Amino acid sequence: MGMTIGEKILARACGKDVVKPGEIITAKVDLCMSNDGTTHLNIDIFEKKLKGEKVFDPEKVIFIVDHNVPAESPKTAEVHKKMRNFAQKHHVSFYEGAGVCHQIMIEDYVVPGQLIIAADSHTCSYGGLGAFGTGVGCTDLTSIMHSGETWLMVPETLNFVMEGNFRQGVYARDLILKIIGDIGADGATYKIMEFSGSAVKNLTIDDRVVLCNMAVEAGAKSGLVAADERVIEYVKSRGRHEMHLFVSDEDAVYEQSYAYNLADIEPMVAIPHNVDNVVPVTEIGEVKIDQAFIGSCNNGRIEELRVAAQILQGKKIAPYVKLLISPASKEVYLQALEEGLVDIFMESGAMVLNANCSVCWGGCQGVIGEGETLISTGTRNFKGRAGHPNSSVYLASAATVAASALVGKITDPRGMIG
Amino acid sequence: MKENFTGKVWKLGDDIDTDIIIPTQFLALKSVEDMKKYAFHPLRPELASLIQPGDIIVAGKNFGCGSSREQAPEIIAALKVGCIIAKSYARIFYRNAFNNGLLLLENDVLYDCCNEGDQVTVNLENSQVFLGEEAFPVVSIPGDLLQMVQAGGLVPFMRKKNGK
Repeated sequence: MGMTIGEKILARACGKDVVKPGEIITAKVDLCMSNDGTTHLNIDIFEKKLKGEKVFDPEKVIFIVDHNVPAESPKTAEVHKKMRNFAQKHHVSFYEGAGVCHQIMIEDYVVPGQLIIAADSHTCSYGGLGAFGTGVGCTDLTSIMHSGETWLMVPETLNFVMEGNFRQGVYARDLILKIIGDIGADGATYKIMEFSGSAVKNLTIDDRVVLCNMAVEAGAKSGLVAADERVIEYVKSRGRHEMHLFVSDEDAVYEQSYAYNLADIEPMVAIPHNVDNVVPVTEIGEVKIDQAFIGSCNNGRIEELRVAAQILQGKKIAPYVKLLISPASKEVYLQALEEGLVDIFMESGAMVLNANCSVCWGGCQGVIGEGETLISTGTRNFKGRAGHPNSSVYLASAATVAASALVGKITDPRGMIG
Repeated sequence: MKENFTGKVWKLGDDIDTDIIIPTQFLALKSVEDMKKYAFHPLRPELASLIQPGDIIVAGKNFGCGSSREQAPEIIAALKVGCIIAKSYARIFYRNAFNNGLLLLENDVLYDCCNEGDQVTVNLENSQVFLGEEAFPVVSIPGDLLQMVQAGGLVPFMRKKNGK
């Protein structure tokens, strides 16, 4: 019986030829990462409780300050200081203000076939490059920092077979919202969501990351796309040459398969307060917005910024509406500057923020007040996620968010592009 | 933790996410003791002050979905909740809960049968939960996981094992 990509990666990680769903393995971790959302807790556990003296391998431990950067309060500054001091003492890689952790990992670390564990639920993003990423809490992460390994159960795999091409104004973001709406917020609990089919070759790396990033919003352990030439070329262009290329066997066993034709997908919106509460933008009715946000580990990369710029070029956002844009990394920001996108954003009336998690997680600048409505390319629309407990968050593609910012209410972006 | 205990039920619905359990703006508070006052704040701001040690949270499906923030199970454990009995759990939360000494049990039916304020009795030895005379089966928790919960979580459990 064959294996899926996810099973093959886990087999390699635990040094076996074959693993099966349901089997509990002890796996060696290729990389572990932690951000300022919770690293202060890891450090407390590591130093005070575990009485750890060294991390297992400083080159494989990465600390990234991205959630509340620059610090908005002395309490947060204290958290950052603690991370900085630990990183210096233990010589682990340290980034501060360079972008959203997952984007930095993709730019600087991830290669196909790795097992990467991080204290952040959106670690599943790395599946876009054919790596098995999964999120854990800080206790598990601390034990990995210490030992370089962890136990986990091999998940079942769900296969999302995609064919066709997106129509104009429709993006990977709309597809993943549609899928989560179809299977539900627990539709993939502890499963691998594998994205496959003839459509994959036409999907950019950004598209693939968009799909895998939100796998956790359906409860998945990880999202995965088999790495192909496009990924290999990207990873090599970043100076990384060692990789483990896996594809699912023809006789691999999937718990279930789903078929999607990309041409059937419309712009989708997740309405408050659950990510699986998804409707086509055409059915949303009149929803006025107070704020719009483009950014986050899901949708702040150069391709999304280009789409937003296409829609915003030469136009002004609606009166009394704020549009906040945070490129996913410093590198993306510089690219956007070079391409003139930042000029377009600022001329349209948008505020361009530094690269960070920003409005998506509601911990820093850009929170919304009581009764306010946000449309966002962020990852979650939970109650109170972006500010006041009585506020509303809608999720959509960068195109839908940009179009909505221009009109002042949630708007179908088709017909507004170019 | 005793193998038999009774507690008063607080009912929460489906998809209780980690941002409801502990909203982002309270994560930088210095201690879990400071944070626990804000448990479930966006949904029921008064709830954290009403929960008494030993009370039991009964919830619907996909409890703990969302972020990997470990403060979520940590503050529920700090409120000294006896256990959570939900239809199902998000898996990052599931593991974080046991790592922090918070017992999670699963049952599909109890939620629809009980009311807030009811007393339920947990019998871990027989993997059952009682609402009055009626028994509801729960998945058996293996001995070492139970010992971990009893020790207060993974780290205290490891220290105990290592004699530190």
